[in-house]
Amino acid sequence: MSRPEDILPPDLFYNDTESRKYTTSSRIQKIQSTMTHRALSLLSLSTPSLILDIGCGSGLSGEILSRPESEGTPGGPHIWFGSDISSSMLGIALEKEVDGDLFLADAGQGVPFRPGTFDAAISISAIQWLCNAESSEESPAGRLSRFFGGLYSSLRRGGRAVCQFYPKNEDQKKMVSQAAIKAGFGAGLLEDDPGTKNAKTYLVLTVGGGELDGDITGVVRGMDGVDVMDARRRAKGMKRGEERKGSKAWIMRKKEQMERQGKVVKASSKYTGRKRRVQF
Amino acid sequence: MKLLTLNFLTCAIKTCKTQPASFPLHPRDAELEIVETDMNLPFLKNILPRLMWDELRTITSELGLPDLPPTPPTRSNLVEGGEKDAVAEEEEQEEVVEEPTQTAKDLHRILLETCIKEGKLVCGACGHEYKVMEGVANFLLPGHLV
Ligand SMILES: C[S@@+](CC[C@H](N)C(=O)[O-])C[C@H]1O[C@@H](n2cnc3c(N)ncnc32)[C@H](O)[C@@H]1O
Ligand SMILES: [Zn+2]
Repeated sequence: MSRPEDILPPDLFYNDTESRKYTTSSRIQKIQSTMTHRALSLLSLSTPSLILDIGCGSGLSGEILSRPESEGTPGGPHIWFGSDISSSMLGIALEKEVDGDLFLADAGQGVPFRPGTFDAAISISAIQWLCNAESSEESPAGRLSRFFGGLYSSLRRGGRAVCQFYPKNEDQKKMVSQAAIKAGFGAGLLEDDPGTKNAKTYLVLTVGGGELDGDITGVVRGMDGVDVMDARRRAKGMKRGEERKGSKAWIMRKKEQMERQGKVVKASSKYTGRKRRVQF
Repeated sequence: MKLLTLNFLTCAIKTCKTQPASFPLHPRDAELEIVETDMNLPFLKNILPRLMWDELRTITSELGLPDLPPTPPTRSNLVEGGEKDAVAEEEEQEEVVEEPTQTAKDLHRILLETCIKEGKLVCGACGHEYKVMEGVANFLLPGHLV
């Protein structure tokens, strides 16, 4: 089976024709709707929230986010912003007069919102595209790191994100989850119908500091086929999700606090919070 | 694009991340429109503490809209009878449907119904201009600015 990701860059693949075909297919509408509801159940929102939809396309998920609780959207109606790299997809969303604000943007370039903006984020069938670098100046690792780094800081403490994606293979699944963990997220992978043609992979991400305190197990406990991944090895006697003083997560949080207070802080990089080795 | 959104958007350029002037982005040559939408009081209550009020006032004044009060409303200012003491509120529980005050309606109008249809958003730090067309802002960056 050929993957569109291997054929063309996303903005060219989702041209006017393909975007319309995609949006009007009742089969696709049904699948995307099911996955959006699944993602919403993992977000467990109890009140109307501010949500970011990355790779929102023509707004199939957004239309669900805008519905009230009485029409099956937990905590709804939510207010959402959607970003997508395909202007054709966004054009169809405009035609449908979706309620969310739309952005033409490349998720691999980051997430341009101030720290703590969103209660939650979703992304349905999009982030596997980040694994394809569109030019030689970029690497998939760089794009993933900019995306997850930006997403992490744009979510409020205690916020969550659910990204359903189609990994090409195990390596890609790992590369994506590791990039999220590196950005500071607590991460878990949930697989529906694993090993079948209809397998669906959900990356469930939490930001520590809220009610959940970064503990992913609370989110996915009791569900089948859930793999909890936690790269942040816990120090002895430390509670899960607690940040060690001086750790990257701790530094990022402090920096954000200072940024919020309007202070100028050094840009974060892959070196932030790393041990500097003595050079001879 | 709603004015709500402008209260959260920042410049996307890497070197602007640490520049306080990269937020808020400033509308230029903006054409506004009102897009009516249902009042969502629980959302307003949720988002209120996250608003940067001074920056919202800056934007409304740059757009030539009526002045907002110098200090933000509180959650209880948004709900009819919201000034009642907390104990009474506890007793009433969720059964009562909360009614929005005029303050809530005004805030709804500004944040969720007042939209930038066409124009530009300009970063106060680097001067980069983000085009807005049909309400959609273009945040695609040329490679060297990422
Ligand atoms: C299969 S569609 C899913 C659209 C929508 N989420 C849905 O469920 O209907 C994948 C979408 O991801 C978008 N996309 C791909 N790469 C992207 C990137 N780097 N940044 C933003 N969006 C991207 C595509 O333009 C396309 O609209
Ligand atoms: Zn800038």
